[in-house]
Amino acid sequence: MTSTGFEPKIAAFVCNWCTYTGADLAGTSRIQMATNVRIIRLPCTGRIDPLFIIKAFERGADGVIVSGCHPADCHYTAGNYHARRRFTLFNDFIEFLGIDSRRITFSWVSASEGQKWADIVNDTTARVRELGPFSGYRDLVRSGLTGGQDAGT
Amino acid sequence: MSRIGVFVCHCGENIARTVDCAAVAKRLAELPGVAHSVDYKYMCSDPGQALIKQAIAEKGLTGVVVAACSPHMHEKTFRRAVSGAGMNPHFCEMANIREHCSWIHEDRVKATDKATQLASFIVEKVKRNRPLQPIHIPIERRALVIGGGIAGIQASLDIADGNREVVLVEKEPSIGGHMSQLSETFPTLDCSQCILTPRMVETYQHERIRLHTYSEVESVEGYIGNFTVRIRKKSRSIDEEKCNGCGACIQACPNRKSPNEFDTGLGKRTSVYVPFPQAVPNIPVIDRASCLFFRGRAKGAKKDVCKKCEAACGKGAIAFDREDRIIEEKVGAIIIATGYQLYSIGKEQANPAFKGYGEYGYGTIPDVIDGLQFERLASASGPTAGKILRPSDGKEPKRIVFLQCIGSRDPAKGIQFCSKICCMYVAKHTMLYKHKVHGGQATVFFMDVRAAGKGYDEFSRRAIEEDGARYIRGRVSKLERDGEVIKVYGYDTLNGAPVVMDADMVVLATAMVPQTGISTLAQKLSVSYDRYGFINEAHPKLRPVETNTAGIFVAGACQAPRDIPDSVSMASAAAAKVLGLFSNEKLEREPSVAVVNRELCTGCFHCQRVCPYGAIDRFEVKDRKGALLKTVAEVNKGICQGCGTCQAACPSKSVELEGFTDEQVFAEINALEWTGQGVSDEGGRR
Amino acid sequence: MKIGYYPGCSLSSTGREYNESLQVIAPLLGVTLQEIEDWNCCGASSAHATNRQLSLALAARNLALAETQAIPEVLAPCAACYNRLASARHALAKDTRAFEKTREVLERPEFSNSVRVKTSVEWLRDLAPVIQKKAEETASRSATSPSVKGLKVACYYGCLLVRPPEVTQWPTQWDDPEDPSSMETVVRATGAEPVRWNRRLDCCGAGFSLSRLDSVARLGREILQEAKKAGAQALVVACPLCHVNLDFRQQAIARKAGGEFDLPVFYITELVGLALGASQAQLGLNRHYVRTDSVLERSP
Repeated sequence: MTSTGFEPKIAAFVCNWCTYTGADLAGTSRIQMATNVRIIRLPCTGRIDPLFIIKAFERGADGVIVSGCHPADCHYTAGNYHARRRFTLFNDFIEFLGIDSRRITFSWVSASEGQKWADIVNDTTARVRELGPFSGYRDLVRSGLTGGQDAGT
Repeated sequence: MSRIGVFVCHCGENIARTVDCAAVAKRLAELPGVAHSVDYKYMCSDPGQALIKQAIAEKGLTGVVVAACSPHMHEKTFRRAVSGAGMNPHFCEMANIREHCSWIHEDRVKATDKATQLASFIVEKVKRNRPLQPIHIPIERRALVIGGGIAGIQASLDIADGNREVVLVEKEPSIGGHMSQLSETFPTLDCSQCILTPRMVETYQHERIRLHTYSEVESVEGYIGNFTVRIRKKSRSIDEEKCNGCGACIQACPNRKSPNEFDTGLGKRTSVYVPFPQAVPNIPVIDRASCLFFRGRAKGAKKDVCKKCEAACGKGAIAFDREDRIIEEKVGAIIIATGYQLYSIGKEQANPAFKGYGEYGYGTIPDVIDGLQFERLASASGPTAGKILRPSDGKEPKRIVFLQCIGSRDPAKGIQFCSKICCMYVAKHTMLYKHKVHGGQATVFFMDVRAAGKGYDEFSRRAIEEDGARYIRGRVSKLERDGEVIKVYGYDTLNGAPVVMDADMVVLATAMVPQTGISTLAQKLSVSYDRYGFINEAHPKLRPVETNTAGIFVAGACQAPRDIPDSVSMASAAAAKVLGLFSNEKLEREPSVAVVNRELCTGCFHCQRVCPYGAIDRFEVKDRKGALLKTVAEVNKGICQGCGTCQAACPSKSVELEGFTDEQVFAEINALEWTGQGVSDEGGRR
Repeated sequence: MKIGYYPGCSLSSTGREYNESLQVIAPLLGVTLQEIEDWNCCGASSAHATNRQLSLALAARNLALAETQAIPEVLAPCAACYNRLASARHALAKDTRAFEKTREVLERPEFSNSVRVKTSVEWLRDLAPVIQKKAEETASRSATSPSVKGLKVACYYGCLLVRPPEVTQWPTQWDDPEDPSSMETVVRATGAEPVRWNRRLDCCGAGFSLSRLDSVARLGREILQEAKKAGAQALVVACPLCHVNLDFRQQAIARKAGGEFDLPVFYITELVGLALGASQAQLGLNRHYVRTDSVLERSP
């Protein structure tokens, strides 16, 4: 906890078959973890558009987690490979967009790895807390430089 | 105008202990578009569900959000409930505030905040949900079984007895597989052919089984319920309709020197041959590579070199000019039952990841044989009429040494797995040997003895206690030819001393590996396989006979090494799955599939490239005169599994995954900002 | 052609003929041997039996010297020296901590472990076409003895030439550790005839030559007896210790373990030298304990 009492807000885009189920397992096992993560369920990490991540930062997230099935285990056989490739390219782009790449965590969590999920939640929360709040986009939007009032989409 | 109903569940104390459910319901009531927001002790109970139905009727709700446990638990429950109230089930979703909130936090304030936010995401999503209808696809209620060994035979009989038609394809001239080569089976020492041949005959005679022997699968198109399979019926050079199986052609054939594949190379056969006397169907095949007539023709001979079989045939069934035929069959489900082959210790390997055993001579020592070869020696219908004789000089071996785990469990040779059946058949071999050669001594070098089935341990103890087999725990480092004998250099780990012995014959229990060409077949079917070629099951514990490709099932040793009872069980299980599939008039599928917007699609087909299932087809958009305007992508609803990779890859956002559209997901993301002040209502433009 | 050369201790003492014959055949095959300057003992058995770091450092120093002397590939004829150098190369490539420590100990921070090590067998096998051509030329020039043409030899690999596979067959597999054939290829190129026999990869007793002579006698007898049974007129080796145990100790073997062998033991380099027309004296054959003339005059 920093002196300002800043608590980061973290959005997590997870795949339904592995990570979401792994997070369920963490819950069933009552593994306690930081309260900062908000999970958004998707069928597969292959569904994740990099724009989701940028939008999350725009809308108040200070950090983002993207998590799916281990390579070779994707329920849809190859979605996680596409996700991995997309994010390898996206990573190079992030700093350019003004986002510190340490704010984004990319991980593989299988349906049986409840503890691993808890560790990722706690580690990411601690790391993003250190980095402080991310307000780049919101400031931009509010200052009107984007040419108009935030229309809410 | 959205009228969402929010129901916050206490789940007894599970949620209520940490999350202030009443407060969550109260805060969510402030969200624009929420018409009803309550909390209740047990939402999944009957009264709980009744609350939902009541609210739908009374408040004219357009969507329902249940903030409770994981959707994996009760999404179906609540969807059924809203369905009962006349609402499309896809307007009902769950927010996970138990596994993902109340169970993992202790701070009541923070947990309540988080629960509120998680529920708000789902509210925003449901505002943009669409009424999806289940997808119905027709089913062709016939099955294809690939492989006519014991697993394929069992599956075919079960499906056919269940009143459905089966197409059974077998690449050898006869069905029966490796089980027909065995002499006796463990643990009962039943004569293998005696228990198998009735099944083979039943399969042949069954009115609902179409048997294609000496045939292979050429190609497979389509999807579950609707497969089109092209089968290559290789030419026997015999007219199957006219042949009556009398065998006169075989008697007349002048070539008697071709190695007999059924006898694992230990015996000889003619060019026109039937693989074994009980072959089903009992129709010969002409082996064109060794047949004098065909060889002459290939060399360009002007006169026919030999036609003795044709002359001997009283039915005019010899058909030299018959070529391969391709036939097409339409089926709704496929069972893969291609079985196994034995790993070779030679230098040349079918699988490049395997290595042979140089320390055992790479297969060049003549009396060093494998398990199937021993079965043929022991078999009454084998090349030695059931006498155990050395292939080199035909003498009876007085000392046989059996080596277990050859290839199996040996990372240095590229195979990590255990082949499961070898400990049992080696024990069986020692017993068969002792029964036939009373003065013989069998020695077995083992690492472990795995005898886990019913009656198995008792059986393996019999080999030692009743039939005098000597079991030495240790491996053999070298086999050498020393004049007439084979020198065996091993180690006894229980005594802690090297063991050197002379053997008259050595039998290697080699690993059970998938058939050559399995990867090609698997690719034709779009099923996945592991690094050894074993077909991958959908889930190792709970879905052992399904593959990840809908409509394709697997049975027997092609999925992993296994013995006859397990292969039979698995085959019946696969047959049950097929019959279950066929018990529906139509196939109902979850509607969470991708849909292409034909107006926006430019036909770049990125989606086709990334789709793991090949579910993207080409669709030609034509004008009224029939001229082609553009070719766009079209998603095959039957095949699409709903992963959404296409949508993320589409540069023009023309394809959408129902249930997870961009609109829905962005709505959830936007809700990140909400802390109680309003978020925009529906009409989500980007 | 050039190749780095690491003679090692035994090639200047008990394995002198190995060195002498190698020095004779190299120029005949068009190869210049560039001896590593200031090379040190590879550590042999003593180092690796005492202290791992010492055994790595001693061997690695030679590799580091080769690197600074711009030698990319080193020929180590003694099988034990080869094993020590190749083991060090492998260990330092796989264990980064050991690599760092060794660089520290050697005070050579720039050492990059880039030098390849070769046995004389691999080296000669790669030159087999050249050997064959020159052997045929020599034979056509003078049909007088000593000649190895048609001589039946048993190729004896011993323990360290092709094993352990993780070390010797890395980074490339140059022969099959369970069924090697490089020596036979070289022998055939010389015009001699390799026989099929069983004891090719069995141990000769190595260092027990001094401490457990009875073991060497037992092991040696198996080897010599089996070679004779297979019809060999001579043995061929590529290791000085194997040579000592089978040549120097042949009489002791016969006395202690029984048997009559009369099997001369050639270094592979000597066999090649003979095929290329060098004299017995030039190759150091007069220093063998089991006389070689009879078998050389015997063969056609």
